[in-house]
Amino acid sequence: MKLSRRDALALGFGGIAASLLPMPLWAEATDEAIAAFTGGAAIGTAGVTLTAPEIAENGNTVPVSVSAPGATAIMLLATGNPTPAVATFNFGPAAGSQNAATRIRLAKTQKVTAIAKMADGSFVQASSEVKVTIGGCGG
Amino acid sequence: MADNVTPRVRVPKSASAGEVISIKTLISHIMESGQRKDGDGNLIPRSIINRFTCDFNGQNVIDVTLEPAISTNPYFEFEAVIPETGELKFTWYDDDGSVYEDAKQVTVG
Repeated sequence: MKLSRRDALALGFGGIAASLLPMPLWAEATDEAIAAFTGGAAIGTAGVTLTAPEIAENGNTVPVSVSAPGATAIMLLATGNPTPAVATFNFGPAAGSQNAATRIRLAKTQKVTAIAKMADGSFVQASSEVKVTIGGCGG
Repeated sequence: MADNVTPRVRVPKSASAGEVISIKTLISHIMESGQRKDGDGNLIPRSIINRFTCDFNGQNVIDVTLEPAISTNPYFEFEAVIPETGELKFTWYDDDGSVYEDAKQVTVG
């Protein structure tokens, strides 16, 4: 098959459109996950700390830790993953502090977000950009 | 699927009353995300641990909801307050209905 200049252009634009397409879909999924957790309440910014590496060589195990003194629950989101939800920590009465650390998978370079639900019912969030060298969701 | 699942927990054996102790848990599990494909292009079905809880003498310390984005061999580190001698109970819930348990005694003295 001989590829004409017109075909090549069409293919190129098709490729660009295809690569742009998933982005709004994922953003929507993230918004939905946040809305499900907060019930649409406004989200502040102070009071929660998210610790994540700036560069993760292996997206299969990225160590992250969250801390939010006075929180009852913390939700972790990876905004660039096929499914943005990562984990939700619910702290019980015997919890010594509202800290938790775990290891997560990141598909690509993206923003990781932690949203904490405080005891008074308000919500706060923190985000951190993580550069991923090798993605961790398989092919 | 969920073969050779071994929970491992690190907890101090003793504590002073009211002390906040650090707990580290690790469980060997494949945590198949449901996103990967095998050699023939078929999707490998999801098989993960979807919930982890820790209780001290029946009182909840932490209750975690896990999603496929948690790494293979899920690791958690958190803190608990120990008011008296008692038992820390750890429970992991698998997608296939299996429940894995571990318990550790903490002595106050």
